[in-house]
Amino acid sequence: MLSLILRRLGIGLITVLAVSIIIFFGTKILPGDAAQIRLGQEATEANVAAMRERLGLDQPVPMQYLNWLGDFMTGDLGTSLASDVPIVNLISDRYKNTVIVSALTALIAVPVSLLLGIMAAMFPGSIYDRILTFVSVSLVAAPEFFTATLLVLIFVFALGWGNAVVVGSIEGKGFFELIAHFALPVTTLGFVIASQLIRMSRAAVLNVMNSPYIEMAILKGVPKKRIIFRHALLNAIGPIVNVIALNLAYLVTGVIVVEIYFGYPGLATLIVQAVQTRDFVLIQGLGMIFCLTYVILMLIADIAAFASNPRLRHPK
Amino acid sequence: MPKDSRTQDVIFEARDLHISARREDGAEVPIVKGVNFTVRRGEVVALIGESGSGKTTISLAALGYTKPGLEFTGGQALLLGEDVTGKTTDQLRPVRGESVAYLAQSAAATFNPSIKINEQVTEAPVLHGTKTQGEANEKALALYRALELPNPESIGARYPHQVSGGQLQRLMAAMALCGDPDLLVLDEPTTALDVTTQIEVLKAFKRVIKEEGAAAIYVTHDLAVVAQIADHIVVLYNGEVKEAGPTDVIINRPRHPYTKRLMAAIQPLPEPGQGNIALDEHLRDDPAIEVRDVDAGYGMGVGGQPAVKILRDINIKIERGQTMGIIGESGCGKSTLARVIAGLLPACEGELLLDGQPLPPALADRTRDQLRRVQFVYQMADTALNPRQYIRYILGRPVEFYTGLRGKKRRKRVEELLELVELPASFADRFPHELSGGQKQRVNLARALAAEPEVVLCDEVTSALDTIVGANVIDLLTRLQKETGVSFVFISHDLSTVASFADEIVVLYAGRVAEQGPTDMVLAAPHHPYTRLLISSVPEPRMGWLEEAAQTRAARSGIAGGVEMTEVGCPFFERCPLAIPGTCDKVDPPRLDDGHGHVIECHRELSELE
Repeated sequence: MLSLILRRLGIGLITVLAVSIIIFFGTKILPGDAAQIRLGQEATEANVAAMRERLGLDQPVPMQYLNWLGDFMTGDLGTSLASDVPIVNLISDRYKNTVIVSALTALIAVPVSLLLGIMAAMFPGSIYDRILTFVSVSLVAAPEFFTATLLVLIFVFALGWGNAVVVGSIEGKGFFELIAHFALPVTTLGFVIASQLIRMSRAAVLNVMNSPYIEMAILKGVPKKRIIFRHALLNAIGPIVNVIALNLAYLVTGVIVVEIYFGYPGLATLIVQAVQTRDFVLIQGLGMIFCLTYVILMLIADIAAFASNPRLRHPK
Repeated sequence: MPKDSRTQDVIFEARDLHISARREDGAEVPIVKGVNFTVRRGEVVALIGESGSGKTTISLAALGYTKPGLEFTGGQALLLGEDVTGKTTDQLRPVRGESVAYLAQSAAATFNPSIKINEQVTEAPVLHGTKTQGEANEKALALYRALELPNPESIGARYPHQVSGGQLQRLMAAMALCGDPDLLVLDEPTTALDVTTQIEVLKAFKRVIKEEGAAAIYVTHDLAVVAQIADHIVVLYNGEVKEAGPTDVIINRPRHPYTKRLMAAIQPLPEPGQGNIALDEHLRDDPAIEVRDVDAGYGMGVGGQPAVKILRDINIKIERGQTMGIIGESGCGKSTLARVIAGLLPACEGELLLDGQPLPPALADRTRDQLRRVQFVYQMADTALNPRQYIRYILGRPVEFYTGLRGKKRRKRVEELLELVELPASFADRFPHELSGGQKQRVNLARALAAEPEVVLCDEVTSALDTIVGANVIDLLTRLQKETGVSFVFISHDLSTVASFADEIVVLYAGRVAEQGPTDMVLAAPHHPYTRLLISSVPEPRMGWLEEAAQTRAARSGIAGGVEMTEVGCPFFERCPLAIPGTCDKVDPPRLDDGHGHVIECHRELSELE
């Protein structure tokens, strides 16, 4: 099992390295020169040359890559081209904001959707199952901006609850104010991940429910609840954990539309700004952070799936 | 249901029981058509029949259970006097695992892989509140001991994958018996086991049923097994009772033609000298395929050697137009050998010769013609045939690939192939699921024949089939061999099938050839001790055989663990009654050759093995 985990770790590292190469050289082939952008159009050639030297841009490209990677590993993401601020400072606040929304969404949406999905698997083909299937498939088909608009229309404009724009600090706000603060973005994101989680947990449990050992449990007179939660769920953990991890990764890295929609100061709005200002040092840093988040979440999911498999935990 | 039912004599009664399947269009298809039989306390009643006879469906009715898609449509299933057919799952819960318990065919699939054995064994009585966890644990421990399981104190703390198949099968019996049920329903509980393991499991079942004072319904297709364990036999065909009566009457004086056919389909181990006479009309100078000094295994180890070596020093020759039977228990390397010959698993040592010419070890290095000449037939036609392809396509593709026939000619060839395996040409336009198990196996075989091969590797091709259907497939193989001169490598754990059909037999044990030679010679003494164990473990369809075999079995050490690979010495050492400590476990056994192609690998002299 340890060797399996180490191997996954190795694969994760290779993934990060491969992505770093793609990100670095991908931004390199973009038109524009960092020193030029930094100094503006009016800079003299001598100044630009000096700046190029200072930024290490006069060195061969592979050397630049190694320097960049080395800096990245020591936590130095470089300096923003657009605002002359260290990237780390730019990102850290935004990262915290995104993590807060993601964590809130995950805390609410994951347990609720798993429960809904498992209940659907308990009564396949029932009215409850069919309604849930219909709703979750509709939600998965609806784009986020549509869901968000719908929610804003209903809650903010029709009912007068919640905020259509989520700005400002959360410090000093009371509990109910905080709910109003986060309600709409969290609900929108929750809907997006819930549908997939419901479908997948239903399918994973249902798949296990067809196995002979479940039939055996029925024939032993085991109550339905215990069959689901003790016999079936244990064997469905692997696929379910993977879907959860994928969705969490989506929450951190893929919420661009929702963050923009609500004007929320998270990572996604930052990357849009970075692209608009052609701040490719910032794009590089954000790309690497997204990549790391993905790889780490997947790694955790893999380890959890290994740990849930007694064949790997207790080899013969 | 009250537990004071101990005094009741009739445990279960089926009264004019009807069970039907509901088709998607709402039509009812009767599966069980008015079945009557009675099970009394202390009795074992066998339901015998082929697949599709409704025997499993009937046995499950004793638990008030029908498989999804089936429903009770008439009559009664009386468990301790109460009809269970109309009850809901909630009403039945206290009965299941308490008054009646079920043992399925495959313990490996029936145990939850993620829960420790003891929890599963003790689950029913603890959930039903008839035993505390402590009492249930005690009962389980007593059962582990009674079932002769190794390390009874600690085996419950293991996960199912950590014990062997035979042990798991006995653990399932413990699971069924833990709630002190009045009735046990056993569904083919030894069919998936090796003969050597089956004998031990049967013995344990028989004793425990007697000691616990339970009654049992025993479902099987194997009359030889039934003769050992049942008091009464109910012969089923197509959902109807054809004949019923005490075991000795049914076995010794069967009256119904169907019962007679079932008896006739049992293939007793041929007496030495009665085996197949080798046909030499197809013989050539070179054997069809020769395996020389082959070692093979799985995984990547040091120095190009596999991490786990499965086969060692394999030397066999398969003559043209003959059948080489390969026999041994599960885990001895039979299928691995077939995979090596097919090139699916390249050998790490040694060489393969096809018709005297070297054959590259890996599939990818073989020419199309070499691929054509060696074909593989898998055990499970169900999984080997693509369910979404027409038979025409399944057979047509290899025809085109190997012989280059297209269009009309290809179509004609597919029909010829179907005719060759005795199927109507109209089957070409069917899907695999529209065929019966035996028919699918014929298509599976026809696909191999499409390549016009010289060697066909048959891996347990009759093991999943009923006795009668399996016997028909063997007849077909014999006929095909005569007509086409193809050589078969016939892998099976069933010695009687192999012996009835093969010209030569190779007995594999832990990846080594224990004994090989012409069928007659292998069946006759002198025997390798392992061959002797195998031969003495084949059940005979007469009452009392089990007890005799348990007494006289050459190696009473038989069950002492599964097949273990060893680095040095004879792998059979641990189980061998003739083992010489200090020699057999230290030195590789020498090859004893009697000069007639009969080879035994053993440290004992041939005269000692008589």
